[in-house]
Amino acid sequence: MTTVFAAASIALTVTLGLVLIRAVRGPTVFDRLLAANAIGTKTVLLLALLGFMQGRPEFLDMALIYALINFVTTLAFLRLVEHGRLS
Amino acid sequence: MGPRELLCGLLLLLGAFFALTGAVGVLRMPDFYTRIHPAGKVDTFAQTLILGGLLLVAESPLVGVRLALLWALLLVTTPAAAHALVRAAHLDGREPWRAPDGAGAPTGAPDGAGAPVGGGAP
Repeated sequence: MTTVFAAASIALTVTLGLVLIRAVRGPTVFDRLLAANAIGTKTVLLLALLGFMQGRPEFLDMALIYALINFVTTLAFLRLVEHGRLS
Repeated sequence: MGPRELLCGLLLLLGAFFALTGAVGVLRMPDFYTRIHPAGKVDTFAQTLILGGLLLVAESPLVGVRLALLWALLLVTTPAAAHALVRAAHLDGREPWRAPDGAGAPTGAPDGAGAPVGGGAP
């Protein structure tokens, strides 16, 4: 079972690397925001997987908080890009 | 290793495969509007598969409830973030990418109707 968890974690890490290339290369700010959001959701999945792999389900609480912060951050950055200010 | 663990492993590997596919799509698609497509849809599916697989091997009901909460949260926020991104890009005045020299134009369109609008260089 640990092997399957490790394989899925490695695949998710490779995914993070690929999306990070888009975040670095992305020609527009929207591409970078899209990549940052995708990295956030992949990190949530990776946290849940690692928690199960080590038998520590407390990692799920961190994953929940990370998902909430990621969503709010994306919306705040979008507001900043659209209006030039946060209010 | 019972059937439950076997199904969990299958779902996890399938979800990881879909996440990888979505990342390749984000990397290779030609412009922003096409890139949001794998990022918004494939990722939602991969999240459902991975969290569902973990739900199968949750040892206590509390862990299961947390996983279900995480799944519901991601199911709402990922498409919402994708929608907000596309809306922001549209309000910013970005034109969608068109295939060069009518390669992707609908059949029956007159010549020149599908001319490139925004240059289209990725």
